Amino acid sequence: MKIVFQLFLTFFKIGAFTLGGGYAMLSMVEQAIVDKKKWIPSDEFWDMMAIVQSLPGVFAVNTALYVGHRIAGRKGAAAAMLGAIIPSIVIILLLATVFREYRNLPVVERIFKGIRPCVVALILAPSIRMIKSAKVTWKTAIIPVATVALIWWLKVSPAIVILVAIAGSLVYAILMERKMKNVENKEVEP
Amino acid sequence: MIYLQLLWVFIKIGVLGFGGGYAMLSLIQHEVVDNYAWMTTTEFADMVAISQMTPGPISINMATYVGYTAGGFFGSLLASFALCLPSLIMVYFIIRLFMNKKGNTLMSHLLKGLKPAIAGLIFAAGLSMMNAQNFVQIGKGENNISIVICVLAFVASYFFKANPILLIVLSGVVGYFVY
Repeated sequence: MKIVFQLFLTFFKIGAFTLGGGYAMLSMVEQAIVDKKKWIPSDEFWDMMAIVQSLPGVFAVNTALYVGHRIAGRKGAAAAMLGAIIPSIVIILLLATVFREYRNLPVVERIFKGIRPCVVALILAPSIRMIKSAKVTWKTAIIPVATVALIWWLKVSPAIVILVAIAGSLVYAILMERKMKNVENKEVEP
Repeated sequence: MIYLQLLWVFIKIGVLGFGGGYAMLSLIQHEVVDNYAWMTTTEFADMVAISQMTPGPISINMATYVGYTAGGFFGSLLASFALCLPSLIMVYFIIRLFMNKKGNTLMSHLLKGLKPAIAGLIFAAGLSMMNAQNFVQIGKGENNISIVICVLAFVASYFFKANPILLIVLSGVVGYFVY
């Protein structure tokens, strides 16, 4: 029971104090779980994080579920997940209640008139950084361009676009595996 | 009825939300603003700002906010829970399945292939928010100040990796004095 509560507390702290989303949280998790409590060896932790990062859903929640489950089974997973999300829910509930009450005040409206274009910039910037890090070439540039055209211009549901992209990526992934296997075989043969 | 809709929408986002909180923006926007009209486009922008500035995962913050707007206190709990539900199932099945080297390389190839599409998805969310409601019109059809804020914030974020919270606070101060 003690370890379950400790898991809850650890992720509660992480949920309550990390700003900037999932990836900022990772070093805090490492510090608490790997360095301080030594619940999971470092190499296993990073191997698992590589898998957890490629899963869909909330990265922090996936991490909490994996760590919690690895250390204390189902109860641990539930405790860690609740710890990670409860601070968010409480803080946003409080803010949303207050904000929806006062958002029509002239002062608040003025401040948010300034904030909205900034939010747009904060969304566009990482998307372009991502295109760069994905090493998009002139040939593959069709993928982000088509995605934007479908969603923004033709108003196609993003869910459908993602499903098509997953199907395409699966084909790509399988082809890549084949190619790697062929290379390995050739290396063995001569 | 609204609870069922919230449950369905956020389970879908939990399953299809590859690539973190920002990648979910397009999905959330499409459902919340276009499909169900739970929020206007300005309220959506405000919500993103608030979710960005508060601690905790951005996507949980957004789910809580959307749930509260659409269905009150219970709606907020339901939306956040629905977003986590697919992850709960995945941890038991997918992680075990992909715990080996072969599964791991397959997943990382899959994500590599998805990455350009996810980038396009995030970009589309930003473009959709670039409208007359969020970019205030001053005088005769001009929205210079909004565009100046947007360009400066973009340069600061993209080239100088400025802290997003600092940028939001600064633009709020500019808005307070300018409008």
